[in-house]
Amino acid sequence: MTRLLEALRAAWGAIRAHLLRAALTVLGMVIGVAAVIVVVAVLQGFAHTITAQFKSLGSNGLIIMPYQSREAALAGRQARLTPDDLIAIRQQVRDIRDVVPVLPMARFSGEVRYGNRSTASSITATTPAFAQGGVQYPAQGRFIVPGDDATRRPVAVIGAAVIKNLGLPAHPEGHYIQMFGGWFKVVGVLNKLGTLLGVIDQDNQIYIPFQTGVSLSGRSTPPEIIIQLQVARAQNLAQVEARITQVLRRQHHLLPAQENDFKIQSSGELIKALTKVFDIITLVVAGIVGIALLVGGVGIMNVLLVSVTERTREIGIQKSLGATRGDILLQFILEALLLSVLGALIGLLLGWGLALLVAHLVPALSGAVVPGWVVVLALGFTATVGLVFGIAPAAKAAALDPIDALRYE
Amino acid sequence: MSAVPAMDTAPLLELRGINKRYRMGDAVVHALQDVDLSIVRNEYVAFIGPSGSGKTTLMNIVGCLDRPSAGTYFLNGKNVEELDDTQLARIRNREIGFVFQNFNLLGRADALHNVMQPLVYRGTPLRERRRMASAALDRVGLGNRLDHLPNQLSGGQRQRVAIARALVGSPSILLADEPTGNLDSSTAREIMAMFAALHEAGNTVVLVTHDAEVAAHAHRTVTLRDGRVISDTRRAVPAAA
Ligand SMILES: Nc1ncnc2c1ncn2[C@@H]1O[C@H](COP(=O)(O)OP(=O)(O)OP(=O)(O)O)[C@@H](O)[C@H]1O
Ligand SMILES: [Mg+2]
Repeated sequence: MTRLLEALRAAWGAIRAHLLRAALTVLGMVIGVAAVIVVVAVLQGFAHTITAQFKSLGSNGLIIMPYQSREAALAGRQARLTPDDLIAIRQQVRDIRDVVPVLPMARFSGEVRYGNRSTASSITATTPAFAQGGVQYPAQGRFIVPGDDATRRPVAVIGAAVIKNLGLPAHPEGHYIQMFGGWFKVVGVLNKLGTLLGVIDQDNQIYIPFQTGVSLSGRSTPPEIIIQLQVARAQNLAQVEARITQVLRRQHHLLPAQENDFKIQSSGELIKALTKVFDIITLVVAGIVGIALLVGGVGIMNVLLVSVTERTREIGIQKSLGATRGDILLQFILEALLLSVLGALIGLLLGWGLALLVAHLVPALSGAVVPGWVVVLALGFTATVGLVFGIAPAAKAAALDPIDALRYE
Repeated sequence: MSAVPAMDTAPLLELRGINKRYRMGDAVVHALQDVDLSIVRNEYVAFIGPSGSGKTTLMNIVGCLDRPSAGTYFLNGKNVEELDDTQLARIRNREIGFVFQNFNLLGRADALHNVMQPLVYRGTPLRERRRMASAALDRVGLGNRLDHLPNQLSGGQRQRVAIARALVGSPSILLADEPTGNLDSSTAREIMAMFAALHEAGNTVVLVTHDAEVAAHAHRTVTLRDGRVISDTRRAVPAAA
């Protein structure tokens, strides 16, 4: 025990004697570990942010969208979902609720005016049940009600960003906004969702009654819609998806050989897929950095080998005073270990600082997340590298013959 | 050959037929040839001889820093040849106090820590180590220079630190290679007085010199030439009558 302590003291003494050299020696280690921490922290931060935002869509939510397969496109068939599909799903699929049609009137580009100001918003026509999912609900006023839909009222429920963009009063209910060449009465304001990935403003939204939207889009063909619904019980998700597929295929008269002309996406699946991508990126980067750390280890070994030669006389003196091979071996291995762990600690702090800085500069990141396993892994790996690469110099030092070492000039 | 029984009258160290050869390309240098020598406890011996006669080589073998090419060496009744690396380290640590001609102090450590160093390998606790080392430095008159680095000390002071380091663990033998070689005559006299005092206190002292005046302090003079012992004389005068 005292021997270990003494060896540690000797190792630290040797490092302290050449602090600048020690700092340069572990630079590779510092950069490697800092890189790991920054990359992992930022990636995990992103993953967290995105997962949190997707969760707001509701983890039991399903979105059914038309999907044009290449085969169908060649055959000249149009993939589309219609209100008839919606009715079929409502009637034939069990264990679901809040089945709503979503009619995108304008993706991001619908022009809206109020007074002399105008803005571009995403305009969607949907039914009252849309606000039932618990994700979007009126924070002020009300959402679309069945009466609005039945009588095709020109009313609008707007997102918070629209108020700001148009310079509407804080409580805009009762005010009229202009779009599609007509006047729409604002009846409610939606809860705030924030931005997605720092780019998409989820509050720049306007909802109008579904039938109002249908009549605006012209009556010649049934409108092309997206269907959103909530699965009543999460464990039934797969079953519900299968049933919907069955119903829609029949609705669309698809032959067994034909591909689906629609796609069912669940938000849970999206989160899973995304998390997986982030995990893979994290692993790949960690692997690259691992190689960088190995190179750092070689750097430490190199400097220590030179240092052993340089300190040959010192080692000779130590041996003449009674140091055993074991004492010298331990001292040099500990020196390598100490160097690498010091490098890792500095890298850890540096990386953490940088990650916080990045999180501060990129608004899309809610914060940098440094998971415990990264810290443990980085420290453990660096220590192992230090240990392994310390062996060669330590063995070289321990093997020195006392008289030869003392004679060394 | 039988091991020498470890009695008080038995030699502390005994060399039999010691040879040391160095191969220099095709030529072989005989640094030591058939050296027989035994030294008992509390002797004060000087090795003298011209430069290149093998004094340092002999000293290094006696100090277990080097191994002979041939011959046997008993130290305290133990055959050194049969000892492994760790046992040799232990002997260097406990039995021998070596004062090198060029001091060989650890440059990064102050006087106190230099003197503490042999005790580190003995596992002496820090507190005890400090106490022993500062006591040893007191004995060589450097009690007020504990925190000086070697390069902040004069040659004589360094020599005394080296002596304190050799003494601190109370070894069986004190070996000093040209302890006055680098010193002016008055400092040399001080150091020699110190060796005389150490001898008087019961230590076994062996030193190398080519200065007759220095050798005159010793009670026994072993003269080397070309790696052979050519004379071994004792002074009749007892140390402290
Ligand atoms: N490592 C070595 N390799 C080859 N020859 C050596 C080596 N060490 C010593 N010698 C030779 O051995 C002989 C004895 O050397 P040693 O150092 O013992 O002499 P010395 O009596 O101490 O001389 P000095 O009084 O000059 O110190 C010399 O001829 C020297 O050249
Ligand atoms: Mg010599």
